[in-house]
Amino acid sequence: MAIRSVASRRTLAGLKETSSRLLGSRSIQTFTLPDLPYDYSALEPAISGEIMQIHHQKHHQAYVTNYNNALEQLDQAVNKGDASAVVKLQSAIKFNGGGHVNHSIFWKNLAPVKEGGGEPPKGSLGGAIDTHFGSLEGLVKKMSAEGAAVQGSGWVWLGLDKELKKLVVDTTANQDPLVTKGGSLVPLVGIDVWEHAYYLQYKNVRPDYLKNVWKVINWKYASEVYEKECK
Amino acid sequence: MAASAAVTANYVLKPPPYPLDALEPHMSKQTLEFHWGKHHRAYVDNLKKQVLGSELEGKPLEHIIQNSYNNGDLLPPFNNAAQAWNHEFFWESMKPGGGGKPSGELLALLERDFTSYEKFYDEFNAAAATQFGAGWAWLAYADNKLKVVKTPNAVNPLVLGSFPLLTIDVWEHAYYLDFQNRRPDYIKTFMNNLVSWEAVSSRLEAAKAASA
Repeated sequence: MAIRSVASRRTLAGLKETSSRLLGSRSIQTFTLPDLPYDYSALEPAISGEIMQIHHQKHHQAYVTNYNNALEQLDQAVNKGDASAVVKLQSAIKFNGGGHVNHSIFWKNLAPVKEGGGEPPKGSLGGAIDTHFGSLEGLVKKMSAEGAAVQGSGWVWLGLDKELKKLVVDTTANQDPLVTKGGSLVPLVGIDVWEHAYYLQYKNVRPDYLKNVWKVINWKYASEVYEKECK
Repeated sequence: MAASAAVTANYVLKPPPYPLDALEPHMSKQTLEFHWGKHHRAYVDNLKKQVLGSELEGKPLEHIIQNSYNNGDLLPPFNNAAQAWNHEFFWESMKPGGGGKPSGELLALLERDFTSYEKFYDEFNAAAATQFGAGWAWLAYADNKLKVVKTPNAVNPLVLGSFPLLTIDVWEHAYYLDFQNRRPDYIKTFMNNLVSWEAVSSRLEAAKAASA
């Protein structure tokens, strides 16, 4: 399959992440695919431009489209008072909404090397990682092992438990957001271990993907989130 | 040790009943090389390592599957055992020059239980397309009826009390090299060009005999 233009950034007419859709006399908030803050090929060689383009333009776009459709159907079902329909829609909402939430975080979790990708976290997050995991290396080893062990599709996360005030590593299945593992969990770094995230480049060798993805992890963003949540 | 060599021979990486390039252009040789040569092989090898020295060692594969399914509270060997079984079943569900409509008794039964082949096609297609994440879609037989089932990850109809007759693997590794994100195109190609109705028929005969 030929990818015509891998180098160009995906831009949209509007950079707003949400829009309104008028249904009847009310409008519901729907979503649009967020722009990537770097070119598709900017994360090479850790993640190929081909993967980035398909992952963003096809997979994430599909979650957005299907989430919006589910939200419209939910709105109609709620208005009609159709409880069965509302409940029936929950899995599509969790799956597609979760897919949108998770991937929106993921694109911010990544950065080209020349924009700081791979640079170890400084400041309070760096200190917290050393406290909880011994070292950044220790954290990376743990997350890589847990990511490799996910059976089927899912994510591996570094999160902050706001209540317990500690860092945690956890995994979620399919497109379950981290918050499904605990209401006080805030995602700092998520790594997509669905096969679509690495297969074209790493094939069945998920551990190689996990070894290389750290070279483009954007610790600056994770630190910002951490510092904000710690206030 | 001779004893463990004999025991681990229970779990074998059987090659598909056709050369790895025989399903082209519908399923590429490259896909078979990775899917059978790496993924399926790993499930078999890892299963052998996992059961070595345990009480499951030497037990038939289906026994390990049922035992480790543990009514849905999966035990560690389940993933490897079920995936080893599922993949062998998958290769044998396909053939070069396959696909399309079956005939004879099988067609009659599909028409009886789904109203028409087209309705079965749509239902199987929908199951395969809407299995969120990794999993499988199946044609299965239970209580003298054919039905379409979809399952997550490694789960298969054996643990759900029905006889599997046909399957399509919808883990992304099954179609990503050939179709990337386009799972619906993969499913259509499978239905139109790959299904071995001969295999389905003989499995149905075995299922009926076992139910008698």
